[in-house]
Amino acid sequence: MDKVLETPLTADDINGLKIGDVVYLKGIIYTSRDMAHLTIKDKLEKSQALPVDFHGAAVFHAGPVVTKNDAGWELRVIGPTSSIRMEPYAEMVGKLGVKAIIGKGGMRESSLRAFQKYGQVYLQAAPGCAALLADGIEAIQEVHWFDLGMPEALWVLKAKKFGPLVVAMDSRGNSMYEDIRTKAVKMIDTLYRSA
Amino acid sequence: MGNATRELDVSEIAKAVRHMCISANCNVPAGSIAALERALETEESSVGKEVLARILENHRIAREECLAACQDTGVALVFVELGQDVKLVGGELYDAINSGVREGYADGYLRKSVVTDPVFERVNTGDNTPAFIYVDIVPGRDVKITVAAKGGGAENMSGLRMLTPAAGVEGVKQFVIEQVAKAGPNPCPPIVVGVGIGGTFDRVALLAKKALLRPVGSHNSHPMYAKLEAELLEEINKLGIGPQGFGGRTTALGVNIEFAPCHIASLPVAVNLNCHVGPHESVIL
Repeated sequence: MDKVLETPLTADDINGLKIGDVVYLKGIIYTSRDMAHLTIKDKLEKSQALPVDFHGAAVFHAGPVVTKNDAGWELRVIGPTSSIRMEPYAEMVGKLGVKAIIGKGGMRESSLRAFQKYGQVYLQAAPGCAALLADGIEAIQEVHWFDLGMPEALWVLKAKKFGPLVVAMDSRGNSMYEDIRTKAVKMIDTLYRSA
Repeated sequence: MGNATRELDVSEIAKAVRHMCISANCNVPAGSIAALERALETEESSVGKEVLARILENHRIAREECLAACQDTGVALVFVELGQDVKLVGGELYDAINSGVREGYADGYLRKSVVTDPVFERVNTGDNTPAFIYVDIVPGRDVKITVAAKGGGAENMSGLRMLTPAAGVEGVKQFVIEQVAKAGPNPCPPIVVGVGIGGTFDRVALLAKKALLRPVGSHNSHPMYAKLEAELLEEINKLGIGPQGFGGRTTALGVNIEFAPCHIASLPVAVNLNCHVGPHESVIL
């Protein structure tokens, strides 16, 4: 049976996950990418309020395509963007209380440290499968910072069963990406350095 | 002497660009689909197989419902091969191309992903213009137009190195492999690897980009470069990055190389990557 976690996520939810697990998310998911992270940072530095509560939140590194009709916002396609660009914000995002980060390509050492310190996981959504992923989102609740542009705004998504998402980095310091990177580097050594 | 000039209204070019912006983003190229289907047969990792099946399903839905296969519908690169016997009328070529991009991205519900200024004012232009336009003058009376939508994730993983002649073919191979390994999961594997070899600093990058316009599964007409493409593909697929970067043998679907003459002291190499979507389409007017 598929494992479905509901937001806001708890410490128990996160502790129960290890790399390689496959999960789905139900409930509210916030999108944030480059400019939204920068805006959060600015607001925090100026002690200004944030428009949403990030405690237990799932933050999706994504820039969706959304249209507006009489009934409101409608999601057309959505998919993950490269998370590595948000690496400089690892500590800030952990401190905010975010429990799950959804993206692609993974993150590095500062994130792994934050994940252990704050009890977070990294979930990879299938890259380049935007038509398929949009099926898991049932509605767009609202949008903040729309002036940043459609991809860069903070979208509040309501998920019915969003996924599948692979736990690629867990809260115990494990990363699927590091394991694979190490193997690839070894292979290059075999192919070139020992020749 | 020669042929009489043929007139072509630039509005025809605008129309073609608009159409290809939409069509390329919804229809993943046939060569890539065929390569993904072959990879599904040969992939040994069970996660990798699952991912490939999911990707193929996504691309089918995108095609059938005319949805963008990836939310990142990129910046629009437009390559024009302009026959020298063609006289363009009815307006300016660059304006026509930009209006085609503007309409295509609006009408196709494609994401607008261009900012005005890279450093100081990262404001979205709101219509995905300006397009990045390259024009080559060629013999004849035809105009060939290619639209490539280039997403940011794969583009950011590109690299260029000015090797020297002593590096030779081994040096070229090692740089390409290292670049792909460094990119790891970020360019959305399985990827297509565009390699430019020769030329100058600026030219080699364009060669790598143009290599990506060739269908996956095609080979360079020069047998030595075709062999190099095959060898690189085999070695890249030994890296174990796999579909989505979760391990497996399908890291790349193809390696396309374009080469050019270069200075006696130089051996420039550029690597430009496409994800498994890699939208591009051409038309001859």
